[in-house]
Amino acid sequence: MNGFTNRGNKPTKSGFGEGLKQAGELNPTVVAIGADITASVGVNIFAERFPERFFSMGIAEQNGVAVAAGLALEGKTPVFCTYGVFSAFRAADQIRVSVCYNNLHVIIGGAHAGVSVGPDGATHQALEDLAVMRALPNMTVLSPCDYTQARLATIAACNQLTGPVYIRFGREAMPDFTTEEMGFVPGKAQLLHPGNDLSILATGHLTWEALEAARMLEEQGIHARVINIHTIKPLDEEMIIRAARETSFIITAEEHQVAGGLGSAVAEVVVKNHPVPMHFIGMHDRFGESGKPAELMEKFGMTARSIFETARKCL
Amino acid sequence: MVARKVTDIAILKEIAKEIRKSVILSLSEAGSGHLGGSLDLADIFSCLYFNLIRHDPSVPLWAERDRVILSIGHVAPVLYATLAEAGYFPKEELLTLRKSGSRLQGHPGRDHGLPGLELSAGSLGQGLSVATGRALAGKMDHASWRVWCILGDGELQEGSVWEAAMSAAHHRLDHLTAIVDRNGVQIDGSTEQVMALEPLKDKWEAFGWKVIECDGNDPAQFLAAAVKATETRNQPSVILAKTIMGKGVGTIEGDYHWHGKVPSKEEAALFIRQLEEQS
Repeated sequence: MNGFTNRGNKPTKSGFGEGLKQAGELNPTVVAIGADITASVGVNIFAERFPERFFSMGIAEQNGVAVAAGLALEGKTPVFCTYGVFSAFRAADQIRVSVCYNNLHVIIGGAHAGVSVGPDGATHQALEDLAVMRALPNMTVLSPCDYTQARLATIAACNQLTGPVYIRFGREAMPDFTTEEMGFVPGKAQLLHPGNDLSILATGHLTWEALEAARMLEEQGIHARVINIHTIKPLDEEMIIRAARETSFIITAEEHQVAGGLGSAVAEVVVKNHPVPMHFIGMHDRFGESGKPAELMEKFGMTARSIFETARKCL
Repeated sequence: MVARKVTDIAILKEIAKEIRKSVILSLSEAGSGHLGGSLDLADIFSCLYFNLIRHDPSVPLWAERDRVILSIGHVAPVLYATLAEAGYFPKEELLTLRKSGSRLQGHPGRDHGLPGLELSAGSLGQGLSVATGRALAGKMDHASWRVWCILGDGELQEGSVWEAAMSAAHHRLDHLTAIVDRNGVQIDGSTEQVMALEPLKDKWEAFGWKVIECDGNDPAQFLAAAVKATETRNQPSVILAKTIMGKGVGTIEGDYHWHGKVPSKEEAALFIRQLEEQS
């Protein structure tokens, strides 16, 4: 037991889809834009519930994002979602100028994040999206850890936040362990497991793996602090600085390139405020490949075991 | 107060001349920027802001206003000159163009607070998509306002323009009109040499648009084309407005070198004299 119960594996993309429908029920300005693969990214749930608030734009991401900017200029709350490799990259200029420079409340969904996409291979595994999105002024970047958090984060993105939002989620069914009661406050990281020997700062699917690693370390008398960084930007600097002060080193864990993602973001805060050694779990400057999700997580060291071993080596 | 509607073509031409003077003076003062396109669009801007669109310079964000989206942000000087002429802000402010701290950014930036700007834009190929999004919202809300989107012809080389064209026709946005400034030139030379656009009318028609051609430097012709555009039903409309880069200043008319060039103080004085000498 790591202190949390896995209520069953579910994809975060389904949490996004359900959250989008719920956000739409609460807020009549929410509209969605489809880029063909609506069922694959969860937007179909909203489209079926609110057909008059769903606009099909076809396989044309650049247009889809700038159309969303136009809708936002007229007071709508547009949500544009496709695979992260397309939404964050194909339409990067539109996100930068039409959305971010105009500072519009457009929600960009990046589905199929990380190597856990599996057999589709490198072209479809978004591994650089956080780096690009967090560099953009005005942008909020969310990276929820499970189905429930993805649902709550999507509702917050639509109905609570203002300005541009990028929200990232995965394809594979993964442990659903956070609860509605834990809530979701954008920008406030969650302390999931106490400990003062080291800190594991994780985002997305690797949050569960971090909890499992902490359980394994606990069996050896090592107390790891586990923090879920569900908001990559703005970062919860206070909680990160406290982790740096109170524990001897920090491990970051993300299904993303270590360049520019969570690890880099945390390092920027740590170096400036309270330098401690850091170790980075993630992709190390290479593309992913085809395979079963679990095989790939194993191959690229994105598992509880890998976090555990990194901690053991560094203590 | 809703802006006056000028129907006298001679007065629209006079207003265009004033806009051209402001463009020359502001660019000369700025020391960099895009003169050619800013000059050739003066007649179209005069027609839009002083005859065609419903707007109120004292309430820039009036909900019922028609939306004018400038996709080609580099001709910001003609937009700024027109907005000042219409009373959105004092004309003296035009001389701050491109300077540090100015509300008149090199390419339109809403974050600097200039009234009358509908979009921060500068990267080509995005405006028609934004206009499509606004038109979709208007259709959803059964709004009575229209959307006008000004595009450059060189800009049509961006693939995203055609994504937008496809989507506006698919959603039958008949309250959306694109205006293409067909001056035939871009920074490297003639559009047909750099990347041929013709047959342009056929392209837009194939994408499901009502196409209207006119002389974009002739206010009477342009207004007639615009009326046809507003009468179009069940499909978006595009006005292919043939213009002459640098229009109004004889020495530079049609010379693509003036796309991204500005006049010195002496040249500015000469250009304004040439404008004045026209009937």
